[in-house]
Amino acid sequence: MEKLEKIYVWLSVGILLAFILALIYASVILAVRVPTDVGQIVPNPGEALASATMRTPPFDQPGVQEVAPGKYKVVVLGQAWMFNPPSIELPVGADVTFYGTSLDIDHGFFIPNTDVNMMLLPGQVSILRHRFDKAGVYRIICHEYCGTLHHLMTGTITVK
Amino acid sequence: MSAIVQAQTEVVQDPKHFELSPANRRWILWFILFGFAALAFGVFQGFVQGLNYAGISLFSFLPGMKTYYEGLTAHGVLNAFIFTFAEANGWLSLTTARALGRNLNSRLLALSFVLLVLGTVFAGIPIFLGKASVLYTFYPPLRAHWAFYFGIALAVVSTWIISAAQLWALAEWRKEHKGERIPLMAYVSIMTYIMWDISSLGAASEDLFLLLPWSLNLLPGSDPLLSRVLFWYTGHQIVYYWLLPAYVSWYIFIPRMVGGKLFSDSLARIAFIMFVVLVPVGFHHQYTDPGIGNYFKIAVLILTFGIAFPSLLTAFSIMYALEIGGRANGGKGILGWFLKLPWSNPAVSAQVLAMIAFLPGGITGIMNASYNMNLLVHNTTFVPGHFHLTLGSAVTLSYFGIAYWLIPYLTGRKLALERVAKWQPWVYFLGILIFARGEISGGILGMPRRTALAVINYEPLPGWKLAGALTGIGGTIMFIGCVLFFLVIFFTLIQGKKMESTGDLPFTETYLGAAPSGWQLILDKLSYWVLLSFILIALVYGPFLLTHLPPKLNSPPFQGF
Repeated sequence: MEKLEKIYVWLSVGILLAFILALIYASVILAVRVPTDVGQIVPNPGEALASATMRTPPFDQPGVQEVAPGKYKVVVLGQAWMFNPPSIELPVGADVTFYGTSLDIDHGFFIPNTDVNMMLLPGQVSILRHRFDKAGVYRIICHEYCGTLHHLMTGTITVK
Repeated sequence: MSAIVQAQTEVVQDPKHFELSPANRRWILWFILFGFAALAFGVFQGFVQGLNYAGISLFSFLPGMKTYYEGLTAHGVLNAFIFTFAEANGWLSLTTARALGRNLNSRLLALSFVLLVLGTVFAGIPIFLGKASVLYTFYPPLRAHWAFYFGIALAVVSTWIISAAQLWALAEWRKEHKGERIPLMAYVSIMTYIMWDISSLGAASEDLFLLLPWSLNLLPGSDPLLSRVLFWYTGHQIVYYWLLPAYVSWYIFIPRMVGGKLFSDSLARIAFIMFVVLVPVGFHHQYTDPGIGNYFKIAVLILTFGIAFPSLLTAFSIMYALEIGGRANGGKGILGWFLKLPWSNPAVSAQVLAMIAFLPGGITGIMNASYNMNLLVHNTTFVPGHFHLTLGSAVTLSYFGIAYWLIPYLTGRKLALERVAKWQPWVYFLGILIFARGEISGGILGMPRRTALAVINYEPLPGWKLAGALTGIGGTIMFIGCVLFFLVIFFTLIQGKKMESTGDLPFTETYLGAAPSGWQLILDKLSYWVLLSFILIALVYGPFLLTHLPPKLNSPPFQGF
């Protein structure tokens, strides 16, 4: 190979490796995580998946729960075309773990300008953690197409 | 440079007495024209969707487009599937036939064409009747009419038939050319289809074995997660099936058309091998999905950055060729050669602009693939901003450029409206820059994609209105660019001046040609690379399928569209 070619190849490899290391650093050290496999919701024989979902903890109790001082568990169910609960209130500094799933079709759970971005799929459990340090009204948006009124499927989180 | 000029081997060995048969010429031309017809329908839908971002909703006034989502399904299916399948089928059949010096089997070309048209009709009718507004990703439990899934399957089979015709021609060629290297132009064309054969198995099996029987009530339900996994196994690699035909043009034709030469034969082959081997990267579209372990997500992060490498190699090879051409035309200095490229030839200017659009397209792609960074942009307009720079520009503008010499070559008619053709790529390019600026900035500010934003019931977030307006303005300019292209092609077909001879395809020579012996021979052992690809697929997708199968068919259908 020519010299120029060699420099180019190693530069390319180096840049790509640096990107990968930076992302792994953000994941391991800064704890910016993506949803992972935490097991499925399994219906009993003859039972509908939606019924199984509604009796499986934590989805039997949608809403906000304070699990320790400053630590919250927010359980969200998506269904065409609303979130349950549609509005959530939290104190400033709340360290929240979101648990989400869907009762019918694929939905999305997205809070713009944060790193809360996950899919809600029937039978699957999505978990993400986020700390709300700034007061204000955050919009929740369903960002996975879910039929005719998909664009009306939103909610709010009020942090005060 | 003199040390490099060791062998000036032609990329394509001179195929003596080769002439494209009338039947091959006819079917290839029909593929190219059918693809552009699909594009014409699709971009009209795209134009109306762009206006939706600017807050203008026209859907209720248009026939066959009752909702934003119906139009978006048509836009995706026609532009991302039918347009690209038809162009690749026609274009890479021609390059294979010419490179091997033998026509492809005309019956297979005819069969493939008929299946693609039937597939378009079967998928298109339910879309325009509002019975398949499931978007081109068709995730269950959204359930379309069975004809939609059947049509998609026919369209995919039509591409497999082209691959079979190519491989048949290659086998015949090998019998007569024992011990010879596969001509580069045939190599890259056939490898593109081999990559697609392997990659299409995921969505094809999802469509044929899960969704089509389910839409006929032969299965009790759907498995949403498994369907997404199978879809995206294909769904990422399909972007290379869109892109590699443009790479074929950039590697093999552009160097010659700018007065340069391709630098290295083996570097080009290595790039295509990497696309064949690094198939299993689809999980990177599912970073935000539940039910998929971190092993898979980290593995595809690394493999995806690996598959960025052949595109970086391509950037090197192509820029090298452009520089050789620009300097041969008298260009001086570090960048002066760039201005000396044959900009007045729309076949060249469209493709160089396509390459320029591909720079931000590739960079935004790497950002999407960046694991946890994906949390900021997943399913926002950042993503369509990205793929309108790649599929919507790098690929589409390249096909415009290719058409500017290919349609005269196939029809024997000179290009009509030449001045319009000279302006057309610039208009489209200006449009995409504004459009992508709108979508990308909107995405960073949280504007969701695939959403009828003109009719939402909440106040748009700060910055969305500007981003949406830019998207609408840019989309309109892109649409005007497309209309200009269609005018040029239409008038070329009906009143282009007859040429005495269409000449030969303008393919390039290489500085470093294919060596007849040595380590390079392994590059032509196609089966090795296919085997390696399957091993890698088994390592990435095997553990998921082993733990997930059998399918959990417990989600009832949903038809709320």
